[in-house]
Amino acid sequence: MSDAPPVKSHAINIAQLGRAQTHRSLDAEQMCLSVQNLDLFYGQKQALYNVCMEIPRQRVTAFIGPSGCGKSTLLRCFNRMNDLVDDCRIDGSILLDNANIYDRAVDVASLRRRVGMVFQKPNPFPKTIYENVAYGLRIQGVNKKRILDEVVERSLRSAALWDEVKDRLHDNALGMSGGQQQRLVIARTIAVEPEVVLLDEPASALDPISTLKIEELIYELKSKYTLIIVTHNMQQAARVSDYTAFMYMGKLIEFDSTDRLFTNPVQRQTEDYITGRYG
Amino acid sequence: MALAQQSRLSLREWVKSGEPFIWFNAAAVTISTIAVVGLLLLLATRGLGHFWPGTVYQFKYSQQGVEPQHLLAELVESESVAIEQLQASGMQIDIKTPFVRRDLLKLGNRDLLGHDFSWVLHPWLSDTQQPVDAMVLERREWGNFYGYLRQIKQNGAVIADSKTDDGTVWQTLQKQLESASKLHDAIATIEKKEIGTINYKLDQLRLDARKLELNKASLTDTQIAVKQERFESERMGLQEKYKGLQSNLENLYQQAGRDSLVAETADGRSVEIPLAKIVHAYRPNAMNVFQKIHFYFAKLWEFLTAEPREANTEGGIFPAIFGTVAMVMIMSIIVTPFGVIAAVYLREYAKQGLVTRIVRIAVNNLAGVPSIVYGMFGLGFFVYFLGANIDHAFFAAALPAPTFGTPGLLWASLTLALLTLPVVIVATEEGLSRIPRSLREGSLALGATKAETLWRVVLPMASPAMMTGLILAVARAAGEVAPLMLVGVVKLAPALPVDGNFPFVHLDRKFMHLGFHIYDVGFQSPNVEAARPLVYATALLLVIIIALLNFSAVALRNHLREKYRALEM
Repeated sequence: MSDAPPVKSHAINIAQLGRAQTHRSLDAEQMCLSVQNLDLFYGQKQALYNVCMEIPRQRVTAFIGPSGCGKSTLLRCFNRMNDLVDDCRIDGSILLDNANIYDRAVDVASLRRRVGMVFQKPNPFPKTIYENVAYGLRIQGVNKKRILDEVVERSLRSAALWDEVKDRLHDNALGMSGGQQQRLVIARTIAVEPEVVLLDEPASALDPISTLKIEELIYELKSKYTLIIVTHNMQQAARVSDYTAFMYMGKLIEFDSTDRLFTNPVQRQTEDYITGRYG
Repeated sequence: MALAQQSRLSLREWVKSGEPFIWFNAAAVTISTIAVVGLLLLLATRGLGHFWPGTVYQFKYSQQGVEPQHLLAELVESESVAIEQLQASGMQIDIKTPFVRRDLLKLGNRDLLGHDFSWVLHPWLSDTQQPVDAMVLERREWGNFYGYLRQIKQNGAVIADSKTDDGTVWQTLQKQLESASKLHDAIATIEKKEIGTINYKLDQLRLDARKLELNKASLTDTQIAVKQERFESERMGLQEKYKGLQSNLENLYQQAGRDSLVAETADGRSVEIPLAKIVHAYRPNAMNVFQKIHFYFAKLWEFLTAEPREANTEGGIFPAIFGTVAMVMIMSIIVTPFGVIAAVYLREYAKQGLVTRIVRIAVNNLAGVPSIVYGMFGLGFFVYFLGANIDHAFFAAALPAPTFGTPGLLWASLTLALLTLPVVIVATEEGLSRIPRSLREGSLALGATKAETLWRVVLPMASPAMMTGLILAVARAAGEVAPLMLVGVVKLAPALPVDGNFPFVHLDRKFMHLGFHIYDVGFQSPNVEAARPLVYATALLLVIIIALLNFSAVALRNHLREKYRALEM
C-alpha cells in the first residue's frame, strides 16, 4: 500500500490519554472523517475513551484489535448505528466534511445514505437480487425503471457480481452463496452512492476464495469511496488497508500508515499484538 | 433372585433407553388421530346417510288388542329394549323373552297420522314386502308422503289412471311435476326478487319522503313541492309495476293449481295432493343403484344450495353457509389491520416497560374471557350505543324502526373481531420479534427510516406470522355461537346480506349461521327425528367449511413463508 501519502507519525502516550490529541494533520482535501474526543457509554459502562483520529479520503482504513476492544462500536458511530441501542450515550463529535454528524439538526437517514455499511453476516433482504440493489433508490423515491436498471447494473458490476447474476436478477437473493450475498450487500450499499463505506468484518463468515474476492473488491472500490474496515485478521488488514488503527480496551492505541504500523510500531502494545504475543 | 434382578435391571435400562417415551408419544398421537377420524366418521355416517333413498317396506302391524294396520314406511333404526320397560309404560305385551327388538319407522303422512315417525315392536310386524310401485313424495308442507299413485288430474278431470296403465301414469306425473316445479320457480322469482326489489324501493322512497319532512326547514316550498312530486310519480310507477306482477302471479298460481294427483295410502285411504305442493316424487324400490346415486347427489346438492323449509327440518342450508362465510370474511377484514397495527406499536414503537407489560398481559387475558361476555359487550356497546347513535345521525328517517341499532351482520363481525383480536396481536408480535436484527440494520444503513424499514422489510417478513394469527382467529370465530345469538344471528333470515339492491352488501341485516343452525334444528325443532340427521350433516358441513377456510389461509401462509424464508437463517 505504497500509495499512502506520507503522514507524520504520531504516537499517543497511554499515560496522557486523558488529553490525548491527534497530532496528525491532514489538510481538508485529504480528510474525510474526523473523530474528536469521542467517549461512548453503554449505560454505566464506558466503551470508548476519548478517541481522536482523522480518516483520509478515498483510502482504506483498517481497525484492528482484540475482541471487545471497541473497534466495531467505533465503526458504528460513523453512521450513528449506535442510536438504535437504548442506553447508549456519546460525548464528543465526529466531523464528516467538517460538519458534526451528532449535531441535532442532522437527519440520520440522509447521513446513513452518505455513510453506508456492510455487516459481518451477509444480510440480503428476502427479495430478488434486483430489488435488493434497487432498495436504497426506491427508499429515495426513485421508481423509474430505466434509472433503476442502470444503477443495478452499474452497482453489480462495481461489486464484481454482474457476470454471475445477470441472468437471474429476478431470483431470490437468498439462493446465492454466502460470498455472493456479501458482494450483493456491497453492491446494495454502493448503489446509493455513499461517500464512506463501513465494513464490519465483511469476510469473517466467508470461505478463503470468497474472502479473496471481497478483498479485491475493496481494493477496487477505494478509488471512489472512503473505506473503513474492521477486521480480526491482521494479514487482511495488512493486505487491503492504507492506514491501520490499533485499538485496545476502548482506547485508540496507535494510528498510522499500515506499512509503518506493521513494520515499525511505536507502542509496545501494538508490537505485542501484531507479533501475536496476546489478543 | 439373580434372574429377577436381571429383569429389573433390564426394565430400568429399557426406561433409560427412552423407548417408553416413544411409545407414550405414539399412543398419544394414535388416540388423537382416532378421536378426530372417529368424530368425522360419526358425523359423516349419521349425516350423509340421510340423503340416500331408503327402501320402502310395507308391513302388517298386529298390535296386541288393536286391529292390524298396514304400514308403508322406511326403516330408520332398530334397538333392543326390555319388555319390563315397555310394560311399565302401559303396553300390553305377551312376549316371553326379556328383551325385544323395536324399530323406528318413518311413516311420513303427518297430515293424516299426526306424527311421521313411530316405534314399532319387531315381532308384531308381518307380511313384509318391498312394493315396486311404492311412491315417496317430498312435499313443500307436511313432510314426506308414502303411498301408491292412482290418478293424475287436470282441472279435476282424470288424465291418467293406474288401473288402465301404470307406466304412463308415472311418466305423466314426472312430466307434470317438471312443469309444476318450473311454475314454482317462476313464482318464487317474482315473489322474492322482483316484488322484493319493488318493496325495497318503495321503502327507500318512504324513507326519502320522511327525510324531506325532517329537513323541511332548510328548503324552500318550491323545492319541497318538486321533490314530493317526484316521489309521488316514482311511487305511482312502482305501484303500476307491482300491479302488473301481481296479475302475472295470479295467472301463474292458477296454472300451478291446475294439476293434482290422487294417491292411496297403505291403509287404503285416498288422498288428493296438488302438484304445486310436491318437490320430488320417486319410487325408491324401483330405482337401480345408479339412479339412487344420482338421486343422492341431487339431494346433497339441494342441501347445500337451497333455502330451508318446514322450520329448518327440510330443504337446504345455503343461507347459513353464506352467513357463516360472510361473517368470517368481514371479521378477518376488520381484525387483521387492527391486530397488526396494535402489535407493531407494542413491539416496535412503544417503550418496553411496565406499561407495555401490563398492556400485553391484558391482551393475553382478553383471549381467555368467555365468549358470551363478548356477546354482552357487543349488544350493550355496539348495538345499543354505537348502533343507536348511528341511527340518530344517519338513519333518522327510518326511526323508530332501527337500522343499525339492532343486531346484525356488522355487529356480529365486530364482536368476533374483538374476540379474536388477542390471537392476532400475539401471533404478529411473535413474528415481529423473530425478524433478525441484521435485516433491520441493513435497511436502516441504506438510509431508510424506521417506518420505511417496517413497511418494506419487517412487515412483509412478518406476514406469515400474521397469517398464523388470522388462521387461529378464523378457526375460533367460525365455530363461535354463543355471542352471535346476542348480536345478529337468527334462526331464519328473510334475505341474504348480499343481494341485487343497492348498496348490495347489507351489513345491518340479520343472518343465519351454521353453528346456530345446528342448535336450532337439534334442540328447537318440533320434529326431532326428522331433524337429527340434518344436525349431523350440518355439523359435518361446519367442520368442512372451517377446514376449507383454514386450508386456504395455510396455503397462503406457506406461500409467504417460501417467499420470505430468510427467517430460517
